[in-house]
Amino acid sequence: MTLFVLRRLLGFAVTLLLAAAVIFFLLDLLPGDPAQFILGINATPENVAQLRAQLGLDAPAWQRLFIWIWGMLQGDFGQSYTQNAPVADLIGERLWVTMPLAILAMAIAIVVGLPLGILAARRRGKLLDTGIMVLAQTGIAIPNFWFGMLLALLFAVTLRWLPPGGFTSWSEDPAAAMRALVLPSLALALPQASILARVMRTALVDVQGQDFIRTARAKGMTMGEAVWRHGVRNALLPVLTVLGLQFAYLVAGTIIVENVFYLPGLGRLIFTAISQRDLILVRGATIVLIVAVTATMLVIDLLYALVDPRLREGEQR
Amino acid sequence: MRGALRHPSLVLGLTASGLFAVLALVSLVWTPYAIADIDIGRRFLGPSLNHWFGTDNLGRDMVSLIMSGTLTSFVVAALAVGIGAGVGVPLGLAAAAWGGVVEWAVLRLSDFVFAFPAIIVAILITTLFGPSAINAILAIGIFNIPVFARVARGGALSIKTLDFVAAARLAGLGNWAIAFRHLLPNIASLIIVQGTIQLSLGILAEAGLSYIGLGTQPPATSLGLLLRDAQSLFLLHPSLSLVPGLAIVIIVVALNLAGDGLRDAIDPRLKQQGGTGVAS
Amino acid sequence: MSLLEVQNLAVRFGDHTAVADVSLTLERGERFGIIGESGSGKTLTALAITGLLPESAVMAGAIRIDDNPIPSDERAMARLRGKRIGIVFQEPMTALNPLMPIGEQIGEAIRLSDIGGVEHIELPLLLGEVGLENRHAQRFPHQLSGGQRQRAMIAMALASQPDILIADEPTSALDLITQRLVLDLIAELCTRRKMALLFISHDLKSVAALCSRVAVMHDGRFVEVGKTRTVFGEPREAYTKLLVAAAEFKTPLRDRQPIGETLLEVRGLTRDYRQGGLLFGRKKPLRAVDSVCFSIGQAESVALVGPSGCGKSTLARMIVGLDNASGGQMALSGQTYHGRDLPTGLRRDVSLVFQDPFGSFDPHLTIGQSLAEPLRLEQGLSLDQQNTRLIEAVQAVGLDPQMMGRHPHAFSGGQRQRLAIARALVTRPKLVVLDEPVSALDMSVRADVLALLAQLQAEFGLTYLIISHDLDMVRAIADRVMVMDAGKIVETGEPNQLFAAPQHALTRELVEARLPELV
Repeated sequence: MTLFVLRRLLGFAVTLLLAAAVIFFLLDLLPGDPAQFILGINATPENVAQLRAQLGLDAPAWQRLFIWIWGMLQGDFGQSYTQNAPVADLIGERLWVTMPLAILAMAIAIVVGLPLGILAARRRGKLLDTGIMVLAQTGIAIPNFWFGMLLALLFAVTLRWLPPGGFTSWSEDPAAAMRALVLPSLALALPQASILARVMRTALVDVQGQDFIRTARAKGMTMGEAVWRHGVRNALLPVLTVLGLQFAYLVAGTIIVENVFYLPGLGRLIFTAISQRDLILVRGATIVLIVAVTATMLVIDLLYALVDPRLREGEQR
Repeated sequence: MRGALRHPSLVLGLTASGLFAVLALVSLVWTPYAIADIDIGRRFLGPSLNHWFGTDNLGRDMVSLIMSGTLTSFVVAALAVGIGAGVGVPLGLAAAAWGGVVEWAVLRLSDFVFAFPAIIVAILITTLFGPSAINAILAIGIFNIPVFARVARGGALSIKTLDFVAAARLAGLGNWAIAFRHLLPNIASLIIVQGTIQLSLGILAEAGLSYIGLGTQPPATSLGLLLRDAQSLFLLHPSLSLVPGLAIVIIVVALNLAGDGLRDAIDPRLKQQGGTGVAS
Repeated sequence: MSLLEVQNLAVRFGDHTAVADVSLTLERGERFGIIGESGSGKTLTALAITGLLPESAVMAGAIRIDDNPIPSDERAMARLRGKRIGIVFQEPMTALNPLMPIGEQIGEAIRLSDIGGVEHIELPLLLGEVGLENRHAQRFPHQLSGGQRQRAMIAMALASQPDILIADEPTSALDLITQRLVLDLIAELCTRRKMALLFISHDLKSVAALCSRVAVMHDGRFVEVGKTRTVFGEPREAYTKLLVAAAEFKTPLRDRQPIGETLLEVRGLTRDYRQGGLLFGRKKPLRAVDSVCFSIGQAESVALVGPSGCGKSTLARMIVGLDNASGGQMALSGQTYHGRDLPTGLRRDVSLVFQDPFGSFDPHLTIGQSLAEPLRLEQGLSLDQQNTRLIEAVQAVGLDPQMMGRHPHAFSGGQRQRLAIARALVTRPKLVVLDEPVSALDMSVRADVLALLAQLQAEFGLTYLIISHDLDMVRAIADRVMVMDAGKIVETGEPNQLFAAPQHALTRELVEARLPELV
């Protein structure tokens, strides 16, 4: 088990290191000099040279890469030259919107999707199953941001139950902050719940045909008891894999949905940074997104090993 | 093709997605009104005989916009599938046929690319080259690579253990010959099914990217871009966002139905392998 | 009053009748066997009796236990099953929940049986009874051997102290020695607990060893029912006769070419497999084949026997050039090689016939295309010559060359195995390696394929290396037998002599594990 964890941790570290390098060198290719950009067109060459030295831009690329990574490990993501603030602070502040939104959406998706999937599998071929699967098929096809627009139209504009957009910070009014996240997280959760319902259903239907379910029935269980006691846990394995992938893309999906509801999250920060060509901010924010994605995969891998004894011994899946 | 009738979802899905594809292609030579035909005087018209779905804030005909936008969406998604399959399938086949270090490298590479959701790639490319439809194609295409690589490798591995592959080796066939003569034809159905799924995911992803301004740029149009245009107006004129949104939903449902149907029709053994990934 | 009575049982799937007109009675303590090939309906019969038929199946007829019809209510049937009937299935790996320790799975059976047994007292007793130890209770299925898993399955079946034990091919996934141990265990348990046994198998010898009465099943019907001794001793029906003949492996003697000089020589051949990952967890390499030395003469027929995992398949793969040796070397017709470096010019002299006739042809190619593949090794054959070769090969295995345009799915298992042999012959090889050539085939076709192999050897002077675990088959076809254990060849000799006076411990075990002759 320790070996397994060690291996995964190493993989995680290597992925992040490579990702950081890719992002760094891609953005480093970019024409244009940040120092020139900060000082404007009228700056003297001496001033620009001085600022370059100050920003450490004179060092070779790979050296700057390691300085950047080393800084990030200590929580220093550099200084944003358009907003005149530490990148870490800017991102940290926005994460308080983005992360709760992603987690809330995932929670809704799990709470709605998994039971529906189980229900459909247990009533396979019946009307209920067909109904749930038609819903899921549609849910997968609905773009989350468009669904967000529809939700805003119905609940914010017509019914006036919830705010159509904007965000009140958690410290100011936690209840208002929560209310602001309800519609966006519903919008994000719909396709996720649909996918989870479908995956859960297929996994459970698959498991119902397994020999060990027949064994459990041979011991004296009904089909329902056998599925509940032996099936669900086995069926959760493929669901877990999908859950990991989906959470990763949910984090990315928040960026789009934040736009619909004018939420001051990571996405908005990134778009501002792109339009202002604030490269230090862009690379800081993308690396944070990649850490979120990769870390989720890591957690899912470890969870998988916790559920499946075969994996703990380092066997390959 | 008599067998197809036993799979109604396949027929329905193929017909509907085919219909949209034809509409999209027609837009190349003819649309009811020209896309660039801006006429403020007739803006925000409701549905009428002249404009079935009304007109937008610039007085452009919605039907024409949807036709042309569908074309962009299809082309972006299809090229992205092309990139994904074109690079991913050979990688997956190579991983399965050679094994060892090659397989390890392909797996690590695909793990690595999985850490870059399409939107992150799009952000990076946009920062580098500015926004364009090509961004979306590249971003979604890159994301598709590991998807196809994994599907191809998984399928090829299960074929590889069969004795006919060993028999081919005995007959002196090398890795490439085995990959293309024996592995590829046997996983073709898997690839086609995955291609359909990725096509529908690509259309969703294109919509998302264009909506936040990282994809298709005016004066071209795409379903996602139409939604972006409607964003600021949709409280006043909901139909501007309803029509393109519904078009996306119908196309994606149709493609997914076709994919599910194909899966069942081609190979009943694949039925249990559900699960889809979303690239956004 | 019979313990179990089945009257006119029929099982249908849509229009397809899988089981028809099956009637049987089972008295207390009696042992009844159902013999049949794959698809004969024998497993469906067992599933019908236990109420475990798939949902799509429609059942007709009457099943009574102690004169009471089995309940139609799912819950009541489940509880009845739990209390009165113990069931052992074929494949113990998939039949056990991979995520639960076996102790817990057995404990569940104890709780469900509702006999007032206390789990922590019953569990060790049960484990002991089936020959497992207490420490095995914490193990997960993948941490046990095939035999241990099947013992755990049996413990589960026994937990409720049932009066009927139904065993469906309980040993066909196990190797020869374990197979015998498990069969003996089942016999012993039935005697001790006075359980009735319904034993389902394709193997006549194991049915003969266990059961006093037997039914022969074919195409969903019982063709012949009676005392085991009578049915196998004086079979009345043609089908039974066929099965009995096949089980005895009588191959006709033919005039064969005399054994010539050395064709293949294997010197100190070793194969190590690396274990663990690239960086972490690298373990000591596993030695699959360990300094093996032997030689095979022209036109000789040598068998390599041994338990699964002893390295015999790895050895075969190196000989045909599919795998590389870690040490040592081989020589074919005097030319040295180490595995994959088998010179192209020599590749045509060696061929391999695979075990599984279903996997040995690419479903996307026609049989003709597949058969022609090895001809790539023969440079300079014209198209006509190639065609002649193909036709010769197909005719040699007794099939019609017209069939070559068809795809593999159009052929039965036996036909495919014939075609696989034809493919092995197209290059006119000297050495043919046969990897379990008949074990995946139905009993009734095995004899045909073996006779074909003998005939081909006589006709073309072929040299055979036969990999097998089946001593009866080996005895029928081999001139010389090599016994392999843990990567080493531990004993060599002529079959009759070797089986009469085995020297090595493994050979003794193998010989003792053989089931008695049918009659």
